[in-house]
Amino acid sequence: MEQYLPLYQKAAVLTIRLGILGIVFSILIGLICSFVLYYQIPIIKRIVAIYIEISRNTPLLVQLFFIYYGLPKIGIPTNAEICGIAGLSFLGGSYMTEAFRSGLEAVDKVQLESAESLGMNRFQTMRYVILPQAVSISIPAFMANVIFLLKETSVFSAISLMDLMFTAKDLIGLYYKTTESLFLLVVFYLIILLPISIIGSLLERRVRYAGFGD
Amino acid sequence: MAEELLTIDHLTKQYGENVILNDVSLTVHKGEVVVVVGSSGCGKSTLLRCINALESIQGGEICLQGEKIEQEGKNITALRQKIGMVFQCYELFPHLTVLNNILLAPVKVQKRREEEVKAEAFELLKRVGLEDKADSYPRQLSGGQKQRIAIVRALCMHPDILLFDEVTAALDPEMVREVLDVILELAEQGRTMIIVTHEMQFAKAVADRIIFIDDGKIIENSKPEQFFSHPETERAKQFLNMFEYKRK
Repeated sequence: MEQYLPLYQKAAVLTIRLGILGIVFSILIGLICSFVLYYQIPIIKRIVAIYIEISRNTPLLVQLFFIYYGLPKIGIPTNAEICGIAGLSFLGGSYMTEAFRSGLEAVDKVQLESAESLGMNRFQTMRYVILPQAVSISIPAFMANVIFLLKETSVFSAISLMDLMFTAKDLIGLYYKTTESLFLLVVFYLIILLPISIIGSLLERRVRYAGFGD
Repeated sequence: MAEELLTIDHLTKQYGENVILNDVSLTVHKGEVVVVVGSSGCGKSTLLRCINALESIQGGEICLQGEKIEQEGKNITALRQKIGMVFQCYELFPHLTVLNNILLAPVKVQKRREEEVKAEAFELLKRVGLEDKADSYPRQLSGGQKQRIAIVRALCMHPDILLFDEVTAALDPEMVREVLDVILELAEQGRTMIIVTHEMQFAKAVADRIIFIDDGKIIENSKPEQFFSHPETERAKQFLNMFEYKRK
């Protein structure tokens, strides 16, 4: 079994690298879209709503195929890694949007009014009053999304990215070592995801302490 | 008579067809304490919210020292800094300590020096008996303490006028007193205030003038002695009778 370890390590690095990049872009998309929805910006909010529905109601595998096989057809050259990141961001963006939006909307309206009555402008109200509270409310949903997106990277094997899933399938195909390959697959996913899960619960406890009044 | 600070001129506020405030005019002079009373839903809280431009208005105008208060006006944030407001529900920022609740707006909005505001904040906290709570979070405080902090927070902005919107309505009876005492002290210092309250004894003690609103209209505007002993309108008599208890 040891001889497979380097392969898994390499695959894990790829999974983490693409996963993190996808999550970073998901967060960016999520922030922008949640502000659009929160401030009810006309027309753009419609576009965001359509994006969210498409993104959440189609499987990542289908999204990846669309990007991987579709883009070259309309003349946009691409490679598997970029497709993987793009697909993950497309999916994650909508989930992050919902997480942040629910956080923003959960902040009591009287908070907004008391900030305004202190003479704060829109930006200051968001920066000092709404956002800090929204972030702490969003943390549980946010962490769940991070874990969900990292797990979704297993679909990358379908566009021949050599991630953990691909490596396991490859080894099964080559050497028929099904049990060992799958065992290592589970172990490596746990090595990646358990620490994140633990950090998540610690973070939740911390922000809960600082946040929420009565 | 002192100078006119706030003038409300033929103010109308409505939600669709539903008229909340109907042709309300009122002038508040510097140093005056105006108490607004009336039954629930008569529009008295809405009046305060209009003064702070938290509500849009459909007719008339509100001016603070001649400057028009408009929701979409360019100078609205500057005007709001001159109008301190304390709400019914405790509206302290839950993610900040008491001290940072007080410092936030003076430092970030008015760009004053932090040490200067801090010194003032501690001075005021001491006056309301809460200097030991500076590093507490709002959720660690009682309702009465939170309201006293909210008053300090409003005072630290150096407002020209203070608005109190039923600040004791959500409090336990024992805590009402500690908050009202703070407001009484402010009245003695000659602060200009508009107070919406259901505490009639307090209204009698603190007010220079009583405004009685019924169904969106000001129907009495008189000295407290006169309002409480000889109300002019039937409606006001009925209203005041609700606060009397007698065995049949």
